[in-house]
Amino acid sequence: MADILAAILILAGLFFYLAGSIGLLRLPDLYSRLHALTKADNLGLGLLVAGLAVHAQDLLTALKLVLIWLAVLAASAASSHLIAQHAHRQEAED
Amino acid sequence: MNSTSLLVFDVLLLVSILSLAWASLATRDARNSVILFMAFGLVLAVAWSRLMAPDVALAEAAIGSGLSGALLLAAVYRSRGQQPAAQQQSTGEHNTSAATVAARWAVTLLSAAVAGVLAWALLHASGSAPHDTLPLAIAANLDASGVSNPVTAVLLNFRAYDTLLELAVLLTAVLGIFALGPAAAGYRPAGPVFAGLTRWLVPLLILAAGYLLWAGAHAPGGAFQAGATLAAAGVVLRLAGRQHIGLPAGGTLRVLIAAGAGVFLTVGLVLFMTGRPFLGYPTAWAGTLILLIESAAMLAIAATLVLAFVGGRPQAAGTPAHTAGAKPVPGNPGKE
Amino acid sequence: MLTTQLLYGLAACFIVALGLRTALLHASLLHRVIAINVMGAGVFMLLIAVAYRGPGQQPDPLPHALVLTGIVVAVSATALALALARRLAAEHDDD
Repeated sequence: MADILAAILILAGLFFYLAGSIGLLRLPDLYSRLHALTKADNLGLGLLVAGLAVHAQDLLTALKLVLIWLAVLAASAASSHLIAQHAHRQEAED
Repeated sequence: MNSTSLLVFDVLLLVSILSLAWASLATRDARNSVILFMAFGLVLAVAWSRLMAPDVALAEAAIGSGLSGALLLAAVYRSRGQQPAAQQQSTGEHNTSAATVAARWAVTLLSAAVAGVLAWALLHASGSAPHDTLPLAIAANLDASGVSNPVTAVLLNFRAYDTLLELAVLLTAVLGIFALGPAAAGYRPAGPVFAGLTRWLVPLLILAAGYLLWAGAHAPGGAFQAGATLAAAGVVLRLAGRQHIGLPAGGTLRVLIAAGAGVFLTVGLVLFMTGRPFLGYPTAWAGTLILLIESAAMLAIAATLVLAFVGGRPQAAGTPAHTAGAKPVPGNPGKE
Repeated sequence: MLTTQLLYGLAACFIVALGLRTALLHASLLHRVIAINVMGAGVFMLLIAVAYRGPGQQPDPLPHALVLTGIVVAVSATALALALARRLAAEHDDD
């Protein structure tokens, strides 16, 4: 039972990763690509972590996985902000 | 686990590793090449985990992908500041004249021959049963080594001399970097988003480094992974435009970077002078000595890797943090 | 176990060839440094593939220690190479 739930969550996470990658390839400019990638990948990672946490042996492992997700969330938000700010400044200079 | 599904996983993983390696080396643009190389390193870390090498996976992700990528990206952006944008693209391989085409084919055949020799050796060796005398000896002596992680036991006890020489290699590299010139001035101070990230990321990294050092005795981890995590904290501080990136000044810094090989050598010599073989730990003291050596090594490795990222002799305290001409990392345009 | 070893080992040989070719041929110094790192990764993969003993058993720890040492040495060599490249570029600009 827990395994089926874990599998569903992980597959849902992979779907969001796929969506983010399609957005990376298909969207026209840097900002929309960043937006799609960051949002979709964070949600995908969250679902992946949820699936692994359901599958984990004990609560401590599950909590560590959630901590990883939170750290990635903050770091990817900050880094996508920095990339967008840099691109914006490059455009302003040209 | 089902062996067919594992085989499918292996094939997919190897295809992505090979594609990333090819793409990284085939791209003309230097920055793309570095980013693909970082991705290559991360997927490689997944491969190490699959091959049941978690210590190596940790080190590959932190050092092989993260720190190497940071070093290479810093070099790309430093050279971009010195060249106009028109010359950014590498000229790739040499022009196609007849002689050069022949040379390229010769090199390709040479590389294929090297790969062929390696493959032949591999196939020849896999025909016989694996030589297990050394792994069995390691497993038999693990209890007397002072730690329970076999890789740490090999690195810090059974093959401690090799690790001493490795720390000496690190020291030599940083001395070479010092000798080649002063470090560039740092980056401009970070804006609120990056500064906020730094505020909690750096303590987390320091905590993680301490944990990796301690856990290295009984779980995957150890001095190298801990040193790399600590170096990542230093790199983040440097990118955020801070003046103080965790490195002490002047003489203390020199003592710190020499401490890795130095403490190791001192322990070995003290043991030698008390009648034991060089680096032959007494069984009761082995765990403590290993922890001592690993702590000094972690600090030395972290300092060395941060200095490698800084790229030269550190400036004296009091010099301005703003760059003269090189393109800095994104920060706030001036309002902080 | 044997198929896994051979699979990863042969892929490793290919990666070594890839890195070697680019290291010898490419014009840009940065690409050559990356190529040497890729070659190193191929060698590491060969060592770890040979150390693998199958899903149930502990792998051989000695090649793992060698690869760990190799990763650290590779990054310090890369750092020195990049510092040399930077100094070369600075000298070239002064001429």
